[in-house]
Amino acid sequence: MSGTGDTPYNLPPTGSGPAGAEETRAPHRVIGTPSPAQQHLLLADGDEEAPPPAPRELPADPEDPVKAKRAERAVAACFIIATLAGFGFIVAYIGIGVHGINSTLRSNLALGTTLSVSLLGLAAGATIWVRNLMPQVELTEARKPLASSEKDRQEFAETFTESTEASQFVKRPIVRRTLIAATLPLALAPVVLLRDMGPMPGTSLRHTVWRKGMRLLVYGPNTPIRAADFSSPGGMITVVPDGYQQDLDALAKATTIIIKFAPGELQPPTVMNWTVENIVAYSKICTHVGCPAALYEETTHHILCPCHQSTFDAPRGATVLFGPAARPLPQLPITTDAQGYLVAQSDFHEPVGPSFWERG
Amino acid sequence: MSTIDKALEGTGKWFDDRLRVARGTRTLLRKIFPDHWSFLLGEIALYSFVILLLTGTFLTLFFKPSMTDVVYHGTYTQLDGVHMSEAYASTLNISFDVRGGLLMRQIHHWAADLFMAAIMAHMLRIFFTGAFRKPREINWLIGVTMFVLGMLEGLFGYSLPDDLLSGTGLRILEGVMLSIPIVGTYLTFFLFGGQFPGQDIIPRLYIIHVLLIPGLLLALITAHLFFMFHQKHTQMPGKGRTDQNVIGAPLYPYFAAKTGAFFFYVFGALALLSTFAQINPIWIYGPYNPSGISSGSQPDFYMGMLEGALRVWPSWSWNVLGHTFAFNVFIPALVPLGIIFTGAAIWPFLESWVTGDHREHHVLDRPRNAPTRTAIGVAAVTFYGILLLEGANDIIADQLSIPLFTITWIARFATFLGPVIAYVLTKRICLGLQRKDAHLLEHGVETGIIRQLPDGEYIEVTRPVSEDAYAVLTARASEPLPLPGPRGDDENGVPDPAARHVVGKLRLRLNRVLTENVPLPTGDGHGNGHGNGHGAPERAAVTTGDPAGPSAGPGGDGSSETP
Repeated sequence: MSGTGDTPYNLPPTGSGPAGAEETRAPHRVIGTPSPAQQHLLLADGDEEAPPPAPRELPADPEDPVKAKRAERAVAACFIIATLAGFGFIVAYIGIGVHGINSTLRSNLALGTTLSVSLLGLAAGATIWVRNLMPQVELTEARKPLASSEKDRQEFAETFTESTEASQFVKRPIVRRTLIAATLPLALAPVVLLRDMGPMPGTSLRHTVWRKGMRLLVYGPNTPIRAADFSSPGGMITVVPDGYQQDLDALAKATTIIIKFAPGELQPPTVMNWTVENIVAYSKICTHVGCPAALYEETTHHILCPCHQSTFDAPRGATVLFGPAARPLPQLPITTDAQGYLVAQSDFHEPVGPSFWERG
Repeated sequence: MSTIDKALEGTGKWFDDRLRVARGTRTLLRKIFPDHWSFLLGEIALYSFVILLLTGTFLTLFFKPSMTDVVYHGTYTQLDGVHMSEAYASTLNISFDVRGGLLMRQIHHWAADLFMAAIMAHMLRIFFTGAFRKPREINWLIGVTMFVLGMLEGLFGYSLPDDLLSGTGLRILEGVMLSIPIVGTYLTFFLFGGQFPGQDIIPRLYIIHVLLIPGLLLALITAHLFFMFHQKHTQMPGKGRTDQNVIGAPLYPYFAAKTGAFFFYVFGALALLSTFAQINPIWIYGPYNPSGISSGSQPDFYMGMLEGALRVWPSWSWNVLGHTFAFNVFIPALVPLGIIFTGAAIWPFLESWVTGDHREHHVLDRPRNAPTRTAIGVAAVTFYGILLLEGANDIIADQLSIPLFTITWIARFATFLGPVIAYVLTKRICLGLQRKDAHLLEHGVETGIIRQLPDGEYIEVTRPVSEDAYAVLTARASEPLPLPGPRGDDENGVPDPAARHVVGKLRLRLNRVLTENVPLPTGDGHGNGHGNGHGAPERAAVTTGDPAGPSAGPGGDGSSETP
């Protein structure tokens, strides 16, 4: 109550000296001193006769019986509400089915409301109980220093030394050293055991599933796309390699975006030989930490990764304009097949996605 | 004797015959717990954890931690015929086909957020009141460890449903792991069982999430509570409260009833939130697919600082001798949080080394009375807060129509300047509050009563502060100590041996910064209404590190104050 700095400074009763304030609260006793209630044991020694009443630490009843009666009713009311709500929860569980969006909504509302009311009813009842029914007390307990006494420490040291000597651990270094040597390989064993959690990386991070002649399928409908299908320059389309539409491992590296530009808009370092009729293909996997660079601003031709806002300049080889990515999005060489569909010329010519130690 | 008494006696006898617990249990019943609202913060964390165990156990009955591809034909018809992992499908099933499943899922998620929020608030309370000081350093370290474990537990937990948002989180985890020099690629392949995403990550995170980390947390919480119990709780400064006692209400019935009620409040509040405030609607995000993402992708708030660090950091990456140093990822993933956790872990030891204070502390500091510590804490909060906000820079840009790059540039400077400004401001505010306290002690409380003296002068009547307030205002015994002999040379001009070398000089300089305080009024007269004879503590008594400190009660009778 008086811990924060904003304590209102109550005026002391006039004329009262500093130490003269009478303690008006419940009896005050330092715990650890012999209790006057020592005779009053919870576990009586079979003696049913009550000992003569001793001074109590805690008063048996609150000061104001009228107020206590009111509080008693309030507590009971809270608990009754909690009981009813608790039953309500069970009724709602039995009565309201799920297996549908609206029924789930109704079930959640009914179960959640009854559960909340039941829990909060218990909480409120217990609070009124402890604050208004239990007599208010403030007791003081003595703290002993946490450190052991010098004597205890001395005895411990002696015992420990004695035991250590008896163990011969210090006297016989060959036993000690061979014991340590014996535990070392065992300590390594768990680490060794983890080796088979995954394969060696090898060069797998350097390649994707894109191959010469593999069609670009529009992500979602999974249909191939012709250069002629772009009526005018515009938005960004996500494409996936034909045959890998549901292969998440393949898509995690091979997902690609294609954008059609107006003639003359594409600039170096975009590789023109890898484009088809001003359509350019870039890896969609951000070179920062691998999120899909999915946002495209048509007016500025910026490709933006929604995770950490690395921004790439689409007409200029997807070079980095802003943000934490360090490298451009790799460009996928594309061409058209006999039917006019967009296909890959080859795999990406550099690793896609986030940097890794061996990337170089 | 009532029936209840008899029943208790029978049960008590039965146990005591076997365990001899009467004496210990009696002491336990009367164990004293001091009261302060801020002591509830740790309890919120504890009860959130209990609720997490209860709701989490329910969820495991229905959740399938499998990445096997299935085609969904369930209640949520918007996703009918969509490929997804069994994990995601079973989460849909929990949400729409298990009665109370959605409620339990939402309570679980809200409780996780509350758990982390309560841990943070609790840690700040401990830090700002100096509760981490001797003898409680071990509990502080346990707390820091649990904070780290809680972050991991939360990250792994919200990754389990394998929805588009959480899968993106795992993708970022992969990118971060790949950036680790030398071993990063191998660690990533071992964790994911090959290339991302693979088939192994969800079952592996699952067992870590439901067994390994909860087990560790449970063990650490047990130790945390045991030490708190054994060392007895700290108390706020107040009348009669010293480092040698603890004042409050006994465990039984008072604390037991209060803390029981508090459990139900926490549970009830979480149930209310989960009924009316939707959280993590994974059916809207859709199943994970590495090709897809939604804008405004944000992790849960306790990972937001890492997210912000990744966003704010410039594109530092170098290729050296055929190897990539991806410091645009590795540094922000490691350093900012590393500063916070390492700083927190070493602070108690640093402070005790700088101040040379090896006393036991059980009465807490008011934050203003440790201005430098408080200022450093606020600087750390500012650092954390700026990166947390930067983690939502796209949302801020959208809501406030500020260009995205502008926000990131502001954050790049604010990350470094913000903590400095916060430090200076906080220290000034603390010293100002100390001056206010000193003024109150010296001149008393203004009553608002204007009185005319016989010679015609008007004065305002002041009263000395109350005993309770006096105890709080003068509770400075346990503030950071200046080093003994910090002024360097002794009477012969020989420098203090401890202050001779570089480390010693650094320690002295830190000591002066850390012990900067407004002196308590010396009580040397001019009608201050207290201190006469009893001696309101002098500043010298504090600076020499007298462990008794300013323990004098309010002196005088106040008559010199009131004309």
